[in-house]
Amino acid sequence: MSTSKEWPLWEVFIRGQHGMSHRHVGSLHAADAEHAIRNARDVYTRRNEGVSIWVVEAAQITASSPSEKGPLYEPARDKVYRHPTFYDIPEEVGKM
Amino acid sequence: MNHLFEFLLRQGDNALVLGHRTSEWCGVAPALEEDIALANTALDLIGQTQLWLGYAAEVEGEGRTANDLAFRRDAYDFRNMLMVEVPNEDFGRTLMRQFFFDAFQVPWLDALQTSSDQRVAEIAAKSLKEAKYHIARSAETVIALGDGTEDSNARMQAALAYLWPYTGEVFVDDDVDRAMADQGVAPLPSTLRGQWTATVTETLTNANLVQPESGFAHAGGRSGKRHTEHLGHMLATMQTLQRSYPGAVW
Repeated sequence: MSTSKEWPLWEVFIRGQHGMSHRHVGSLHAADAEHAIRNARDVYTRRNEGVSIWVVEAAQITASSPSEKGPLYEPARDKVYRHPTFYDIPEEVGKM
Repeated sequence: MNHLFEFLLRQGDNALVLGHRTSEWCGVAPALEEDIALANTALDLIGQTQLWLGYAAEVEGEGRTANDLAFRRDAYDFRNMLMVEVPNEDFGRTLMRQFFFDAFQVPWLDALQTSSDQRVAEIAAKSLKEAKYHIARSAETVIALGDGTEDSNARMQAALAYLWPYTGEVFVDDDVDRAMADQGVAPLPSTLRGQWTATVTETLTNANLVQPESGFAHAGGRSGKRHTEHLGHMLATMQTLQRSYPGAVW
């Protein structure tokens, strides 16, 4: 039985016990969103990893294309002034 | 007869036998996700077994442990309802049985939370959280398969026909049940029939499945008088290590 043909792929995001944001943990197959949440609970939270689950159908994700790597990312490479490392932080501000 | 001991064996043996049957899917379920979900369910049930049989062993006071009760009793000493010991057959029947069981366990454990016996109340409270997740999953799957393809609907209808005569056993009160009710340990199982029927009817309707009309019920598991021929085979597998190497430990 080829479940991958029958059930769409879902990406799973879990917010951990102390985490502020949901993090991508992996993917799974499920018939619908509710089913995906239950499967995510069983596959990815067995060891008490999470307090919240998001699922999104993988087909709904729009991803950047690896072939556009040059135009997308290289222009940022020589613009070091975008990092706030050229400021002197006054002592009284403390650790940032 | 020690009624409390018998009562605890019934709870523990239901969980143990269904837990073992469910574990038989480990590695061979129709999808990885379902495989892990079934393994989780099996582990929940075996965890409940440890609590019920651990307490049963204490109540008996003969120096036996939960492990002794699980692995060194023979079929006629088991007190589980017959429904949990019949073979899995296919994924559909396995989930249909799980649903029938959960539809009883949820109101049953809920009622046991107010048991006059503190230990029973504590075990029930812990188990109820697991049972509520089990029924969400089993009911959803029964509906998905019943209301699925022609083939899945036919398999679920066949599972229903096979299991239906096994669903009535648990609601027939006997001396143990009456003793437990008198002591405030547990309600009479017959009082939960209405709630069970309502849950089952709603789900089967949503699943496009036709509820059988027969009221015939197999019996003999809870009393240990007459198990099916399947239990002995299951125990032979489950108990083989303790039977071959008595007292073996990790």
